[in-house]
Amino acid sequence: MSAPILELRNVSKFFTKRIDLAGKIANMLGSDIKAQTVRAVDDVSLSVGQNEVVGLVGESGCGKSTLGRVAAGIHQPSAGQVLWQGGEVVGKKATTGRSFALGIQMIFQDPYASLNPRLRVADIVGEAPLVHGLVTRAELPAYVDDILNRVGLDPSYKRRYPHQFSGGQRQRIGIARALAVQPKFLVCDEAVAALDVSIQAQVLNLFMELRAALGLTYLFISHDLGVVEHLSDRVVIMYLGRVVETARTEELFARPNHPYTQALLAEVPRLDARKRSYVPIKGEIPSPIDPPPGCHFHPRCPHAMPRCKVEAPLLREIATYHTSACHLNDQT
Amino acid sequence: MSAPTLSVRDLATHFFTRDGVVKAVDGVSFDVGRGEILGLVGESGSGKTVCGFSLLGLVDPPGRIVGGQILFHGENLVTAGEERLRQLRGKRIAMIFQDPMMTLNPVLRIDTQMVETVLAHDKVSAKAAYARVRDTLVRVGIASPDARLRAYPHQFSGGMRQRVAIAIALLHDPELIIADEPTTALDVTIQGQILFEVQQLCRDTGTALIWITHDLAVVAGLADRVCVMYAGRLVEQGKVDDVLDRPLHPYTRGLIGSVPSRTARGQKLTQIPGMTPSLLNLSEGCAFRSRCPRATTVCETSPPLVELRPGQAARCFHPHLEGADSERAGL
Repeated sequence: MSAPILELRNVSKFFTKRIDLAGKIANMLGSDIKAQTVRAVDDVSLSVGQNEVVGLVGESGCGKSTLGRVAAGIHQPSAGQVLWQGGEVVGKKATTGRSFALGIQMIFQDPYASLNPRLRVADIVGEAPLVHGLVTRAELPAYVDDILNRVGLDPSYKRRYPHQFSGGQRQRIGIARALAVQPKFLVCDEAVAALDVSIQAQVLNLFMELRAALGLTYLFISHDLGVVEHLSDRVVIMYLGRVVETARTEELFARPNHPYTQALLAEVPRLDARKRSYVPIKGEIPSPIDPPPGCHFHPRCPHAMPRCKVEAPLLREIATYHTSACHLNDQT
Repeated sequence: MSAPTLSVRDLATHFFTRDGVVKAVDGVSFDVGRGEILGLVGESGSGKTVCGFSLLGLVDPPGRIVGGQILFHGENLVTAGEERLRQLRGKRIAMIFQDPMMTLNPVLRIDTQMVETVLAHDKVSAKAAYARVRDTLVRVGIASPDARLRAYPHQFSGGMRQRVAIAIALLHDPELIIADEPTTALDVTIQGQILFEVQQLCRDTGTALIWITHDLAVVAGLADRVCVMYAGRLVEQGKVDDVLDRPLHPYTRGLIGSVPSRTARGQKLTQIPGMTPSLLNLSEGCAFRSRCPRATTVCETSPPLVELRPGQAARCFHPHLEGADSERAGL
């Protein structure tokens, strides 16, 4: 792997719900209301190499979107470091900060909510490059046409508003907006989840074309293992704020190590799996407000041992580029 | 197969809007037998949901069933009155909707809603109704049903709410369940649990199930037969194995190619160009022809649904036939 373009070191992100006035008064009167903290991302380290596609997989509430937002610089991490091309970015406003902010762009899940309905496509795509001085006002129309062509939209549509487009076309506008500032890195947060299968295939193909043409690096966040498997070089599996397993894609799908990964792979409906009987894993995803102690997965895990209830397993390398956080690996 | 539980013939549901007629369902025919799981697959706007709603007479104006028959054990539901439909709904035909938050009443406790459903159709004591409700919750895999019954819908997670919705559908041991994208909003592991329950129930009770979804992979794992809808019409139907392994219609083929699969990792997906047409004032002919690589001028007339292989039919002038098929068809 080449030198990492983006590195997250022991990044955590907590969201705290402060005690409101009523709560404070109730506490004065003797009740016991505590501030609730959600550990959305808990001590996660991740490095992404140049031109690599990393798939980040997890179920709802596992913190994958929060991690993506921290990586994209939308959220400041509560603890830990974010390094962009080797330099730390947290708190930097000067040159590194600017290069980071422009270098990483995000593509959002809902193409209906992420575009300003009152701006024309030309303005949505053209605003940022103009503000950042990447193009002059005179060059802007040609530049916007070029970007729209690149994502497969007819430039003659650029005077239109977002509501005049279909879901797939809107997602293309979102991609065009991200590409307009010439980023090196795209964080795609469930970027194809809201699209129909045939449109999803078009957008996935577009992502792969852009990667080859522009040398882009992706952090591809999705709950859809099929999509992630198709696109990614490396896969990171998260469960309740922690990374439980990372490996190269072939390795992970061929030899999943963590019981959660194994369960996840077994549950995924596939075209080639017919009339199968589902053997579901038990239980619900616990709330991240009050996660189970020790290994977060132990209440649902078929292999849980007493040790899992008290001690959180560390992420350890079990093969080349394959790490997993499970106590089972300590035996043998 | 014995007489099918439900037999739909040339069903047509149109919406008469100010801008024109939307033919959301246009000449759809299929059968579902006892204990059979039928997957109804289509993209958004293909008319699959309207089709499911039509079966229970749930289409609101400006929509109207304009033609065809829905034969439930031989009784035509299209001409049945509202009172007769009310007797059937929930009792012999049940429906599970996509979003359980929308179908459960947020201000009533679960026990109130479920007991009400029992008493709507059966004259039993409140106590007997409660016992049945409790048993049904256990059947769908809800632990500690007594505590859960006293809770309100917002106190449940998405997966649990969907289980409650399924339990309500099961209260009267219906002969037919229509499920409209019931697992689309759920996580993979929770979806696995629900599919497991549903599969078990159909096997045990002989309930016929129509599973409406956009997800071919779910259908692959669950259904016996599959119907593929495009722009209000069935373009292909047949056994799951036949349709998924040897699709006849170019649209089915494109749809299967669009699903990222294990074999084609990192390769370009075979995408279908263009997008689904608007159903408003849809012109005559095959609706797929503008996106179809095989389209010719003959496609400007509507192709009929032809059984090209035993048990597998497609609505196409240029189906993907293999050598053996052409011989059998005498072409």
